[in-house]
Amino acid sequence: MTTPDEPEPAGATPGTLIERITAAKALHDYQGMIDLVPYARFLGLTAAMEGDELITTMRYGAHLIGNRSLPALHGGTLGALMESAAIYELLWRSETIVLPKTITLTIDFLRPGAPVDTHARGVVTRQGRRVTNVRMEAWQADRNAPVATAHAIFLVMRGQS
Amino acid sequence: MADPDDEVKRKIANAASRFVPHNEALGIRIVDIVDGEAVFELPYDAKLVGNPDTGALHGGAITAMLDGCSGFAVFASMTERVPIATLDLRIDYLKAAEPGRSVFGRARCYKLTRNVAFTRAVAYQDGIDDVVAHAVGTFMLSTKQGKA
Repeated sequence: MTTPDEPEPAGATPGTLIERITAAKALHDYQGMIDLVPYARFLGLTAAMEGDELITTMRYGAHLIGNRSLPALHGGTLGALMESAAIYELLWRSETIVLPKTITLTIDFLRPGAPVDTHARGVVTRQGRRVTNVRMEAWQADRNAPVATAHAIFLVMRGQS
Repeated sequence: MADPDDEVKRKIANAASRFVPHNEALGIRIVDIVDGEAVFELPYDAKLVGNPDTGALHGGAITAMLDGCSGFAVFASMTERVPIATLDLRIDYLKAAEPGRSVFGRARCYKLTRNVAFTRAVAYQDGIDDVVAHAVGTFMLSTKQGKA
């Protein structure tokens, strides 16, 4: 699915985000791709290829808690994790790198997020010329009992980022 | 302000805010809580950047603020506090927030029933008419003794 010899996208200049993502992709450096984004580091995101799935994990940290009395993860962190997982999926699978711009994100919260690591994956349901639809799910110990699901629509046009 | 319920609602919301470590981590400031409405400020912070080329905030930070702000709007519409759980949240991103400046969130609970609360919210910078993101949410109200 991945092509290590990705051609340079037109318009990329040395040191830009797109160029650095391209470099990380060439090395199959999933974590390097994520570490380029400050907010991803703030959330504590990691990524790994498991089989043919790119799984994004949000390592538990006390700063992610939204409800101290349960305790439970802040719903926004689950949304951000799933949005990120979808973006990494798009960056990873696309032949030409375009920074996806989120148009809409819809999150269903299914269960309280326990104070543990949370995993997420995005699956492209439709890849269009201008927009891409992605479904996401986030789970903890049991993948069959997701804590949240989501779907998002991204604008993926070259030269729009 | 003359409504004594406002003070009750403000107290409920401010008490609730102490139970939200993630709001503190984001640097969120509660600007105002009035009848059924909450206003949050998300100050610009380099750690929340999504695109290091432009310095634009990551959408996730705005999502988290609008989620929290919407929840507080629900608290601000209660006269007796019960726990709530977000059922769903949809966010439309209209444009990137301008780097270096705060993003504000204003949420309103426009319908509160026995079981469910309905909210809408906007994120903006210059003014409420200059919208960065728009969100609608639903929340489940817990029964008083039971859980959500």
